[in-house]
Amino acid sequence: MTDLLQQLINGLALGAIYALLALGYTMVYGVLRFINFAHGDVFMLGAFAGYYLAGPVSKVIPAESYLGGIVVLALAMGICALLGVIIELIAYRPLRSRPRLTVLITAIGVSLFIEYTCQHEKVFGASPRKFPDLIPNTTWDIGGVVVGSAQVIVLVTTVLLLIGLTLIVQRTKIGTAMRAVSFNPQAAALMGVNVNHIISFTFGLGSALAAAGGILFAMNYSSIDPLMGVQTGLKAFVAAVLGGIGNLPGAALGGLLLGVIETFAGGMKGISNYRDAIAFGILILILMFRPSGLLGKQQTEKV
Amino acid sequence: MPDNKTAMKLAHLTGAKGIWAVCLLALLLVGCDKGPSSGGAGGGGGDVIKVGEYASLTGKEATFGISSHEGTLLAVEELNAAGGVLGKQIKLMTEDTQSKPGEPATVVNKLISRDGAVAILGEVASSRSLEAAPICQQNKIPMISPSSTNPKVTETGDYIFRVCFIDPFQGTVMANFASHTLKAKKVAIFTDAKSDYSKGLAKFFKDKFTANGGTISSELDYNGGDKDFKAQLTTIRASSPDAVFVPGYYTDVALICIQAKQLGLDVPLLGGDGWESEKLTEIGKEAVEGNYFSTHYHPDVGSDMSKKFLASYQKRFNGKLPDALAANGYDSMMLLADAIKRAGGTDATKLRDAIAATKDLTLVTGSITINAKRDADKSAVILQIKDGGYKFLQSIQP
Repeated sequence: MTDLLQQLINGLALGAIYALLALGYTMVYGVLRFINFAHGDVFMLGAFAGYYLAGPVSKVIPAESYLGGIVVLALAMGICALLGVIIELIAYRPLRSRPRLTVLITAIGVSLFIEYTCQHEKVFGASPRKFPDLIPNTTWDIGGVVVGSAQVIVLVTTVLLLIGLTLIVQRTKIGTAMRAVSFNPQAAALMGVNVNHIISFTFGLGSALAAAGGILFAMNYSSIDPLMGVQTGLKAFVAAVLGGIGNLPGAALGGLLLGVIETFAGGMKGISNYRDAIAFGILILILMFRPSGLLGKQQTEKV
Repeated sequence: MPDNKTAMKLAHLTGAKGIWAVCLLALLLVGCDKGPSSGGAGGGGGDVIKVGEYASLTGKEATFGISSHEGTLLAVEELNAAGGVLGKQIKLMTEDTQSKPGEPATVVNKLISRDGAVAILGEVASSRSLEAAPICQQNKIPMISPSSTNPKVTETGDYIFRVCFIDPFQGTVMANFASHTLKAKKVAIFTDAKSDYSKGLAKFFKDKFTANGGTISSELDYNGGDKDFKAQLTTIRASSPDAVFVPGYYTDVALICIQAKQLGLDVPLLGGDGWESEKLTEIGKEAVEGNYFSTHYHPDVGSDMSKKFLASYQKRFNGKLPDALAANGYDSMMLLADAIKRAGGTDATKLRDAIAATKDLTLVTGSITINAKRDADKSAVILQIKDGGYKFLQSIQP
């Protein structure tokens, strides 16, 4: 029983990170109808932003404090939001009127460009690095179930960001505009919505969430490298499809489910090295039997 | 591409792309033995012995490749300073495999067919040595792996050798250490399912440890490059072992140690020579303290030659302490030089026979005899991680 609970906690902490990333995929799909494959790399850049910010921030706010952690997180989210906007501006906007396949392939190109640039020794270098401890590292043992402060932070931060995102999308003017663009860009433009601004904002928002995911991932698993976003990004994409791509609560649910399933598979003797295969197997099954995803049918709003 | 040093140098010498093409054409006309040095650097083909080296200078196992390369480089420099081999200077041509599958085949093909290497040194990781070995065998160019310990590497053919011990020995050493020194009864095994090295070591450890009367409490796998190991470690924790055998490479092992500590799995972790890298302690910090691994060499096991190597290595590489891979890299070149001397030249068949006939050659990592399976018979050392460094515990004879 304790092991089951332990795995559940491990899985939720992993799934929460997938959820944050999946939201970015799903939002971009909502407004532009294409998969931004460079999203996983923004996640990586977020982690590296955190790595480089931790030093300077610790000079102002003592290292390993919750406040310092929040400041690093907020700064990295800001940087990546900017990066996301720039990527969209340079790589995707000029292709706005082209076939969707062109944009999709460009996204793969952007992804490879970021990965290989970052692996160059003058940039980050290919070897993994130790991620600094941003928050006090404590563990609680609750009847054999070990919960680390990083895991708690991952879950709490994800829930807060999800609430924030929902409020932005549902309660603000710009959120309403986002929903309008996702529903019908032409009509939204005719109603006076600046579609370009909304798309930039969507990319910024998604990239900020990816950055948060990157830092939380690095905090939880201690090491970062320029290719960390590849596998995680693909899994988050699976999570987005699992929940129903274009559907916000679906992405969050898909992420959590995938994290938990993958963790339970990883802990099972004999199939522990098939955890990735299981994740992608789920993708195939979903595409075969329920292409619109778990929450895809009852979707009433898309972003 | 930052990797192709020879090509870059040549491009530098010739300047324009057009000349590059002319050079290639000239090369084809002249034949392989001239090599790219026909541009001017290094002199004509006859005065040098061209040795090819492929190593993971960047990527996941970069510290392995760099250490190994530094050892080989030091050996070449020492040989050349002492007048070369058979009066000829050694020309070391190094290619980077980027720690990636697929690369070894490409770069070794290039070293042999384009650069005209007479022998190939490399690699550290068994999976990558296994990729290049058939190419060397096919071209009948002797290959000496400095540190690949998987038995299959030299089974490829009679032109493939190594200067290190093999996994059955290493696995046996750690199994005996677990049952006799640590008095462990139940051990869990955590294997990298992507790595031939890891799977081999796990198998031989399991065989010996169960033969010693121990039980394997659980066996789990991971994929090299994973970041999350908590799922598997939770299951390992549930089987309450006395120790965990993790025959992986340092980047994964560091994270495994950290996550094991986080989950409260407070038993010693054991491993093989794949652990030995400064990155292990750099990433793992206090989480790796107290764990044990077997390897080829430690500066404290002092023969005269190893003391001399320690001093000259530190002088050459700014005080960096040589690890086992550096020592093996050095030994691979020295063994090759010794064989070339005995063969009286670089004729492939004679060179192969000379390498195979190596007997009681004293090198940095000890006395080396190449056995009938073309592996080196030599001793292993067991080290413990202590205060961010490695403490020598025991040396075990084959």
